[in-house]
Amino acid sequence: MHSQRVKSVRILSPSGMLGAGWDHATVERGIALGADVISIDGGSTDSGPYYLGTATPKTTAKAVARDLRSLLTAASGAGIPVIVGSCGTSGTDSGVDWVAGIAAEVMAEEGLDLKVARIYSEQDAADLKEHLDAGRIHPLPPLGELRAGTLESCTHIVGVMGHEPIVEALRAGAQVVFAGRATDTAVAAAYPLMVGMPAGPTWHAAKIVECGGQCTSNPRAGGVLATIDADGFTIEPLDPTVSCTPMSVAAHMLYETANPFEMREPDGTLDVRDARYTAVDDRIVRVEGSKFHVADQYTIKLEGARITGYETMSFSAVRDPVVLADIDAWADLMRTMIKQRVAETVGLADDEYAFDLRLYGHNAVLGDLEPESGPPREVGVMLLVNAPDQATATAVAKVANPLMLHLPTPGMDYLPSFAFATSPAEVERGAAYEFVLNHVVDCASPTSLFRTETGEKNRA
Amino acid sequence: MPETTLADLAHEVRSKNAGPFWVTMELFMRDAEGYRIAADESFLNERVIAELYRVERSTVQLFRIPALNVVKISFPRPVSQGSLRDRDIHAGQHHVPLARLRIPGRAGSSTVS
Repeated sequence: MHSQRVKSVRILSPSGMLGAGWDHATVERGIALGADVISIDGGSTDSGPYYLGTATPKTTAKAVARDLRSLLTAASGAGIPVIVGSCGTSGTDSGVDWVAGIAAEVMAEEGLDLKVARIYSEQDAADLKEHLDAGRIHPLPPLGELRAGTLESCTHIVGVMGHEPIVEALRAGAQVVFAGRATDTAVAAAYPLMVGMPAGPTWHAAKIVECGGQCTSNPRAGGVLATIDADGFTIEPLDPTVSCTPMSVAAHMLYETANPFEMREPDGTLDVRDARYTAVDDRIVRVEGSKFHVADQYTIKLEGARITGYETMSFSAVRDPVVLADIDAWADLMRTMIKQRVAETVGLADDEYAFDLRLYGHNAVLGDLEPESGPPREVGVMLLVNAPDQATATAVAKVANPLMLHLPTPGMDYLPSFAFATSPAEVERGAAYEFVLNHVVDCASPTSLFRTETGEKNRA
Repeated sequence: MPETTLADLAHEVRSKNAGPFWVTMELFMRDAEGYRIAADESFLNERVIAELYRVERSTVQLFRIPALNVVKISFPRPVSQGSLRDRDIHAGQHHVPLARLRIPGRAGSSTVS
């Protein structure tokens, strides 16, 4: 064969999230070890529906700028591409532009001239309704069939891209790719797949590196380097004092996945049932036997969030042992009294608003599932109100305020005063959101739901 | 005498979201003996998890992975992530009822006085 065949590909994953920060020396070490590409995830649904619902990032611009400076200067010096997925936390179009805008400033400051591609993944409800009407949208458990009204109720919807739009951008000459919502793995898998690495080892390696150093003995010490070849992949930490062990690598396959053996991507399923993890030395692990089964139908998963109402929060605290000894009865009385006072003063029926009363220090986190009992030393009392508009939510919280300050237990014949944490006690949280989509679209083409732009953003 | 719990025999017990609609947990058992106990179907099964977490038994998935001494459990999130009644956005503290599950017929393993 006279054509140049790539025998192996090295992916540098500096961290699980752009903006999380790392020691720049770890990136330099990955470059010195021969990295062919730098890939990093810029988002997740893990912090809740707010970020998609509002199309705002969880990270702060300064942290993103700092991390981009580390990656762009290193990659430019080495002449290798940088791929960022799920830009701006939720991968909305404005999230892509936000990260690309920060990168443009960093590149101007550093005198870098890199060709940038932006891949947009936001979806229009009307377009998706056509797919729905044509029977091309299917639910993933535990959700049921999608209704058109659900699409229309979303403030933002994104499609979760596979590797193909990223590969297309790289093939077109992009040195830096800012992708909208993408699978965590597609970001790392794109380059190796483009140059012909096998799908099984590539997707498995991509899953292992997607959280940076999470698969190592010290997740706080920087990222990892994965070397993929025809038969498998090896993985090593970028920090020379840190180790990967067969256990630490295999365990990461379990992280944040419902099924430990299979992981669905848009074009098929990674299958690690027969994967073998062996120690190459005391800090490098070799993985072989990973398989990838190409699916009959290419599918793109949708994520969407909508407003559930507006929330106001109030936070008080109880230290008096007399109240703490009877805290559940006190909380039950509080719930009853709030409903009664809200009906009397604001004129709302129980089904016209909702609230959650949480006893931090007692059972707030687990609620009815809490296995422990016994009086706590102190309890933080959080009242969270949800109503159709902000003014109503705050009105309910204000009606509850005297109760949060003075409500006695059923057995007390005097008026206690509790410890509000702040003044004013009420904090308006604005719109609250929920995820409502967990559905896939059958797609004729891996790139049809996504749009790629290169060069300067047209600000017209 | 205190009874032994799964946490006593585990290196780590953890829980986390697996996407917005699922929660997943892992018992990383310390050794093969601990794994044998955690993987014993008569002790830990879908019904036990359904009762512990008050979810539908048919929705509980349980995976036994002897190579890692791991038992992994996944089920749909009972409360929608980030909603008014979600008190654990990342589902990162929901392993505790599982970790505290008592192993029948075993006394406490603590020998520290």
